Amino acid sequence: MADLVWLIPAFPLAGFLLILVFGRRLGDPKAGWLATAMVFASFVVSVSVYFDLLGREEDERETVVTLFSWVPLGSLQVDLAFLADPLSVAMCLFVTFIAGLIHMFAIGYMHGDAKFSKFFLYLNLFVFSMTLLVLGENLLVTFLGWEGVGTCSYLLIAFWHTRESAATAGKKAFITNRVGDWGFMLAMFLAFGAVGSLSYSAINEAAEVGALAASTASAIAILLLVGAVGKSAQLPLYIWLPDAMEGPTPVSALIHAATMVTGGVFLLTRVNPIIAASYDWVPTTIAWIGAITALFAATIALAQNDIKKVLAYSTVSQIGYMMLAVGTGGYVAAIFHMVTHAAFKALLFLGAGSVIHGMNDEQDMRKMGALRKFMPITAGTFIVGWLAIAGVPPFSGFWSKDEVLLFALADSTLLYVVGIVTAVLTAFYMTRQVIMVFFGEARWTSLANDDEAPEVAEGEEPVETHHAHGEFKPHESPAIMWIPLVVLAGLAALAGILNVPELFGIPSNSSYKLEEWLHPVIEFGEADISGTWAYDNKYILVGIAVAAVAIGAALGWLVYLRKQIKPWEPSLFANGWYYDSAISWFMGNPGREGFQAVADFDATIVDGAVTGTAVAVKTTAGEVRKGQTGYVRQYAGVIGIGVVLLLGWFVVIRGIL
Amino acid sequence: MTDATFLEYVVFFSAAVMILGGAVGVIIMKNPVHAALGLVLTLFGVAVQFVAQQAHFLAAVQVIVYAGAIVVLFLFVIMLLGVDESMDLSIEPIPIQRPLAAVMGVGIVGLVGAAIIRARDALDINPGTGVANASDTGNNDANVQQLATNLYGDHVFAFQLTSVLLIVAVAGTVLMTRKWPRDEHGSSADHESSDV
Amino acid sequence: MIAVIEPTWYLLLAALLFGIGAFGLLVRRNPLIMFMCIELMLNAANLTFVALATQLGDINGQTAVFFVMVVAAAEVVVGLGIIVSILRRRPGATADDLAELKG
Repeated sequence: MADLVWLIPAFPLAGFLLILVFGRRLGDPKAGWLATAMVFASFVVSVSVYFDLLGREEDERETVVTLFSWVPLGSLQVDLAFLADPLSVAMCLFVTFIAGLIHMFAIGYMHGDAKFSKFFLYLNLFVFSMTLLVLGENLLVTFLGWEGVGTCSYLLIAFWHTRESAATAGKKAFITNRVGDWGFMLAMFLAFGAVGSLSYSAINEAAEVGALAASTASAIAILLLVGAVGKSAQLPLYIWLPDAMEGPTPVSALIHAATMVTGGVFLLTRVNPIIAASYDWVPTTIAWIGAITALFAATIALAQNDIKKVLAYSTVSQIGYMMLAVGTGGYVAAIFHMVTHAAFKALLFLGAGSVIHGMNDEQDMRKMGALRKFMPITAGTFIVGWLAIAGVPPFSGFWSKDEVLLFALADSTLLYVVGIVTAVLTAFYMTRQVIMVFFGEARWTSLANDDEAPEVAEGEEPVETHHAHGEFKPHESPAIMWIPLVVLAGLAALAGILNVPELFGIPSNSSYKLEEWLHPVIEFGEADISGTWAYDNKYILVGIAVAAVAIGAALGWLVYLRKQIKPWEPSLFANGWYYDSAISWFMGNPGREGFQAVADFDATIVDGAVTGTAVAVKTTAGEVRKGQTGYVRQYAGVIGIGVVLLLGWFVVIRGIL
Repeated sequence: MTDATFLEYVVFFSAAVMILGGAVGVIIMKNPVHAALGLVLTLFGVAVQFVAQQAHFLAAVQVIVYAGAIVVLFLFVIMLLGVDESMDLSIEPIPIQRPLAAVMGVGIVGLVGAAIIRARDALDINPGTGVANASDTGNNDANVQQLATNLYGDHVFAFQLTSVLLIVAVAGTVLMTRKWPRDEHGSSADHESSDV
Repeated sequence: MIAVIEPTWYLLLAALLFGIGAFGLLVRRNPLIMFMCIELMLNAANLTFVALATQLGDINGQTAVFFVMVVAAAEVVVGLGIIVSILRRRPGATADDLAELKG
């Protein structure tokens, strides 16, 4: 059964091709259902592969299915092969399931859009690329999927390409990803040079037996980190993710919350032996990048007013947690948090989509409020998502975040402190968002007055709900949209059981299921923290985490609902610490000078060398041409001189004949 | 062979004067007919030299073919085309030509001469079977016979080829110089020649 | 016995004749006279051949002269045919006027 792993990417690919040919004819909503069916078919195959692997012994849970020899170039032999092992199957399961739910949601969300079938075309292509990324047996297949998701990300962010900001955002995403891809490519070259193969089994084995020098392993790890930073939107390459909210909300949910942005974390987990075999500062760097990004993004999120931008920065922050886990050796914690994050972030994004749909495409939170009366299901599921992300036990986010913080403390207290502060901020801004959207007074103005300046600060006199053009009331979304919400809410609530730790009341044989499952893949790189103070005092950590959540939520409640404390949203945070604008300014001015210099260099020197050679040849030929006078006698004279010279050589230099 | 007698030297130098005088005449004379006559003088001198070296057959052929046929052909052409007017030798359109020619001529003569003089002792006298001559063998046709044997024996194939060559040359020239009725009225590249 | 002058004299004479012919070829402009200079050079070659035949005692030298004469005759025929063709079109042309292959 595991041999059918190639069907997992094949179904979405088939969906892509079918919609490519028949999409316009199928139309709204059949094209959407076809796409959804394909993705769920992939999920079914993933489940069967999972059960197949589950039935095997722990060290035999690995199947490689080779489709064909892709690059047979002498010493570089790369096959298009899929690796079904615990890590890839785990990824496939949640990717295909959540993607399927999002496809279903999108059928309702995109209803009425002129390019309905094209949307699902790109979505299926995306799922295909993502499964390739995850199932790849070697770096090149993963890179193929990597580039594929990058391309689909561009296509989908810029889906409403007639809007200038959307088109620019798409380009920005693609170009920023490209910078990361450069790192990935260099890592591939290095890996091939050091090991002679691009396949994970060869590279990881070389790292495990010590055949890979620490310097080489460090270089490969750092270069892959560059790629991961680009794809997973960490500092310094996170700038594309907030702008990517220009795309339709299902896109944001699928690509930028649940799947694509986790690709970087997946890659680093895949090559964990290399990270383990490199110098110690390499994982430390990864951990600090994750921690600082988490804190940085959390500060920005608490000053955002667009419902999707808050969630975007929240994504950057949560992936920071995953990077932190990877850097401290907690790969299981990283994957665990990835799964739970996929569930609750997709839930939050889809909920936001439902809100936007119900508010007739209004995205500014300052114009919302008290929506729980009008959209009860959306509000209920959103609140479940809020509890999960804030880390309230027993929702899934609590368990996974706790694992991450455990490994952080075992590595460095400072990292732990950053993580806790970020947890407080996370609870705070999510509480803020929930209150601004679903509670408080209804602040939405009439749609005809939309161009009014949004100085309507939260909590001031409520604005009329009626307007001259007829009454506007937010409405709940259709069933096709809230069914995925409910399913995801269930997942967000219960996913914690994947990897509960051995705490009071939990029997030990049901704990750490995910860790057991992933053990053969990460055993080389996983940090052993069983002897640390942190491990022994888990209960204290649980208490600190719960306290952090309570503090954050309470602060949010006090500021935004009870309005007893003035809200503090400095423009530094609201403008993203001016990081994005700094990069734009740099690229536009000094950067542009540099680029222009390079272009001029190319035009004058490189081109000049080429054309200069041609000019030199032409001039020389022009001079030599003057020797052809056309006079026969002169030619005869030259021949004669030649004869004299020849004779001279024979007679004088060589001696007589 | 005995050393040359005084008479031999007289013959040699007379012939040499004829040769060189005719040659200089060819290159100096303004009138082409005069130059042709100079050529005849040179050819005759060369024939005398051939006789002095016991190559009687060749001397005869030289006179008949060269002086008798070729020079006559030259004169026919000169008369036919009417180029027998004198040319001005003092002007030279290409400035470098005369020094170039001088250098070349002096160079060739000097170098070849040097080679000849230096190689004087290097060549073996009579390594071959010997050139037959009348006084040695008493046969008056010795030279012709030996030449014929060599020509029709060793070089018969080349001989046949030269026959073909002659036929081709004659046929080609006849074809080339025919006046085609259509082409009478000039080709596109025709134009008046410049003044001589 | 035959008394023969040292062949070296003949060779020198031939060289001199060749030089004069070469000089004349380059200096004269009338095509017919240029042709005559070519004949001078051929005769110099003939003289050389015969001298060497005498010196080396090899009859092949004289055979070579025979062939040279045949070829010279053929060449004169063709060459004069060409000159006639050209001078028919352009009477009074010299070697310098035929400069169409100028680069």
